[in-house]
Amino acid sequence: MIVVQSAIHPAGDHATITSGLFSLFLGVTGFFFLLVLLFLGWAIWRKDRGSAEDRKLRVSVAGWAALITLGLFGLTLGSYFADRSLAFVGGGQAPIKIKMTAQQWWWEVEYQSDDPSRTIITANELHLPLGRPAEIQLEADDVIHSLWIPNLAGKQDLIPGRTTDMAVLPRHLGHYRAQCAEFCGLQHAHMALDVLVETPAQFAAWRSRSLQAAPAPTTAEQKRGYAILTGQCSGCHAISGTPAFGTVGPDLTHVASRASLAAGELPNIRIWLERWIADPQGVKPGSHMPRVPLSAADIRAAAAYLETLR
Amino acid sequence: MRILAIFLMTLLAACHRETREHDSPLPFGQAQLATTTTLIAGGSPPAPAEPRINHYEKSAWHVGEGQRLYTEFNCVECHAHGGGGIGPPLMDDQWIYGSSSPQIVATLIQGRPNGMPSFRRILTEKQMWQIAAYVRSIAAQAAKDVPPSRGDTLANTRPITLQPAQLLQDSSEDAGAR
Repeated sequence: MIVVQSAIHPAGDHATITSGLFSLFLGVTGFFFLLVLLFLGWAIWRKDRGSAEDRKLRVSVAGWAALITLGLFGLTLGSYFADRSLAFVGGGQAPIKIKMTAQQWWWEVEYQSDDPSRTIITANELHLPLGRPAEIQLEADDVIHSLWIPNLAGKQDLIPGRTTDMAVLPRHLGHYRAQCAEFCGLQHAHMALDVLVETPAQFAAWRSRSLQAAPAPTTAEQKRGYAILTGQCSGCHAISGTPAFGTVGPDLTHVASRASLAAGELPNIRIWLERWIADPQGVKPGSHMPRVPLSAADIRAAAAYLETLR
Repeated sequence: MRILAIFLMTLLAACHRETREHDSPLPFGQAQLATTTTLIAGGSPPAPAEPRINHYEKSAWHVGEGQRLYTEFNCVECHAHGGGGIGPPLMDDQWIYGSSSPQIVATLIQGRPNGMPSFRRILTEKQMWQIAAYVRSIAAQAAKDVPPSRGDTLANTRPITLQPAQLLQDSSEDAGAR
């Protein structure tokens, strides 16, 4: 699947409006820039032909001022209407409610529901149904972060001790990349988010799959991995249906179904999973995941168990 | 020239205080659990030199990481931000199981009666030393240039950097009598 991160290929209503406004600004300012260049060229070409008559000069200066006024007026109107239409995107439709918490350096994503047993907590991956508005409540745990999904909407800061929000309305299926857009420390550049826009049926299937608890380990190696995950790893990570209920790190209940590891840093395949468990500080220096003293066999066992968490 | 040399040396010293150790495993070998009491038959033996004490307590980064872990692993629940509550306060001068970093690490590893859980399986040893260094700074025992002058949490106490270091008493009898 091609992963796109681009503000000029809008895939949502908000991004389309913003991108339209950008095109208007680009067109108007580009036109004036060309005009200025033309006048400059003309002035250089007729350098010592003496000054123009007073009347001619007055007319051209007045015309120039009128043109600028017209252009600025157009930009103001464009901004006003873009702002208005941003305020009314997806009006009437009931949005799905999501809460995102940014931490150094990953995203916690919580799908809220009136029924607590239908709440989903996942990490570093945002699933959105096509054509349905989503209301994302944004919070930060440590420092200021900023959520930017260029294909869907503009940036919004996540500020500790304060709740902000963001609305998106995806219009094209796809796998997009989002990024923290406010410098937040050492691994700021490696704080990405996978955004998957799915058909409503796919989204419903994902949602019901995510509500299930982790399957029990079957093979001996998986059982050994289970013991490690519910032991050393359980201080920070949670796996629903097991005694692991830490809240410091990402929820691992369905980690094997995610597209990437460590906030978009690594592709989610076995060899990278093992590398990440073995040496988090080598992969992502400064990350809050410590190097846990595990033997090579332990690491393979942990990865074998994590692979079953689909 | 001399001024420049002094300036550069100051810079070097300052850098060490801020050094971040991301990729290193425990910089020293496996620890022996520290004893929790100084009352030993036949007088106290000389305390073994423990290089980790200075290594962690004199590093602003380790103390900072300790502060983060202190909150993340919910030490606040019982010890508050040093003032205590369900558990004993950490900012006073009474220490039931010893106040030195190795002794605090031993407490974290073993757990203690009446509610202090063991973190043996949950924290790495490096993290325990970082927490111990931070806990020492709550009791104003850290070097003044290491802890932050302003905490991240609301508190009605003076900043750690403005508190005078107190003499800590390691005695379970004292604590029992209170």
